[in-house]
Amino acid sequence: MSGARLPSPQTQGWIAARDPRLRISAALLFALVTVSLDQIPATLAAFLMAAALASATRMRLKDIARRLLALEGFMLVLLMTLPFTVPGNPIIGTGTLRITDAGLHLAGLILLKANAVVLALLALVGTLEPVVFGHALARLGVPEKLVHLLLMTVRQIHLLHEEFLRLRQAMRARAFVPRSNRHTWRSYGFLIGMLLVRSLARAQRILDAMRCRCFQGQLYLLDSRVWTPRDTLAGAGFAAVLVSLPVLDRMTR
Amino acid sequence: MAHIPDAILSTPVLVTGGLVSASLLAAALRRLDYDRVPQAAVLSAAFFVSSLINVPVGPSSVHLLLNGLMGLLLGWTAVPALLVALILQAAFFGFGGILVLGVNTMNMAVPALVCALLVAPWMRRLPAGRRFWGGFAAGSLGVLMTGLMVALALGLSADAFTPAAKVLAVIYLPLALVEGLITATIVGFIQRVAPELLAPVESAHA
Repeated sequence: MSGARLPSPQTQGWIAARDPRLRISAALLFALVTVSLDQIPATLAAFLMAAALASATRMRLKDIARRLLALEGFMLVLLMTLPFTVPGNPIIGTGTLRITDAGLHLAGLILLKANAVVLALLALVGTLEPVVFGHALARLGVPEKLVHLLLMTVRQIHLLHEEFLRLRQAMRARAFVPRSNRHTWRSYGFLIGMLLVRSLARAQRILDAMRCRCFQGQLYLLDSRVWTPRDTLAGAGFAAVLVSLPVLDRMTR
Repeated sequence: MAHIPDAILSTPVLVTGGLVSASLLAAALRRLDYDRVPQAAVLSAAFFVSSLINVPVGPSSVHLLLNGLMGLLLGWTAVPALLVALILQAAFFGFGGILVLGVNTMNMAVPALVCALLVAPWMRRLPAGRRFWGGFAAGSLGVLMTGLMVALALGLSADAFTPAAKVLAVIYLPLALVEGLITATIVGFIQRVAPELLAPVESAHA
């Protein structure tokens, strides 16, 4: 159980100064371009570009590494099987169990691409304040109801995480140590059940409080973000660099 | 393990996932009153926090998906709640990716809806003391169906992924059992402490 808190950005640098809408669109475009590459050099360039973005945010290396590791559980299964299952020229091994060059190539491509996309996403969007992120999504045309749900969820995650830590501490005070047995699973079931029951009571209080403040079934999004010429400039520059990736991909084919 | 990263799935699979999720989302948002947004937000935050618990299983540890339980408790609202959780997990924790968001949402939301529309009515007909069976069914079905859909998404994307898809499908079996047991406990607990949570969603806010 680590890092359930959503991050509050402590980042500086030129990325932090850019408009959130630009950062979200840039991350999306980057993902689209990166996924379409299919040569190692261009993919490597995309990965380095994402790494450069991440280093520009001055996120701590430990945080980045932990988040990239979240990805690798799934990747592990794929990367272990792919070199054996893709038909191609065998490099090592004989018979049915052999590692092919095409398999290694595909595995390398997927590893680079997936990590590049996540790195860019963490650098461009992950460093946003979650509330700012929600507002930017609304400005980009995401349904407002969904954005309100996201904003309120973000707020509640903090509070419920504290509630969770209190409940968990009460269990620890009674010498509870999680093991792989039914007792643990049952105890966690009670823990989650309690969390849900308390959160329902909390929801009722929130709605009452909102009604007291004249809530009539309509919420408003207030933010004052202005798009500046520098955002346009940064967007154009990013697009230009992005276009060079598929060009490099064609050239190295 | 239910978060597929970017750069793996083929374009047709991605497009299908995006379209299915978008239409489910549109249907779910139409049914969601602003009045119920606070409750949905608090419950989805509770699910978000719960899904970060490391549950020991054998030599390793897993996170719960909880999509079956979300279907039971939230009904259609589970769709936007799951999407919000997936967006937050992708943007701030590095789980999954951007373009696969549609597929990942579909893989989680369709089982949740199955639980909401089929398991929940059946559970409500059970006598109060046996409702935990509904929890067991929802928990294990949610994981099994998600696992199946993840494996399908992989297998349909490229032939080379088929072995990986099979490995994943096998991994999901014990997970389904554990999640079923935990969800059964949760539902049994809620039945005793706050049975109104298990009432049909529509009448709960009247």
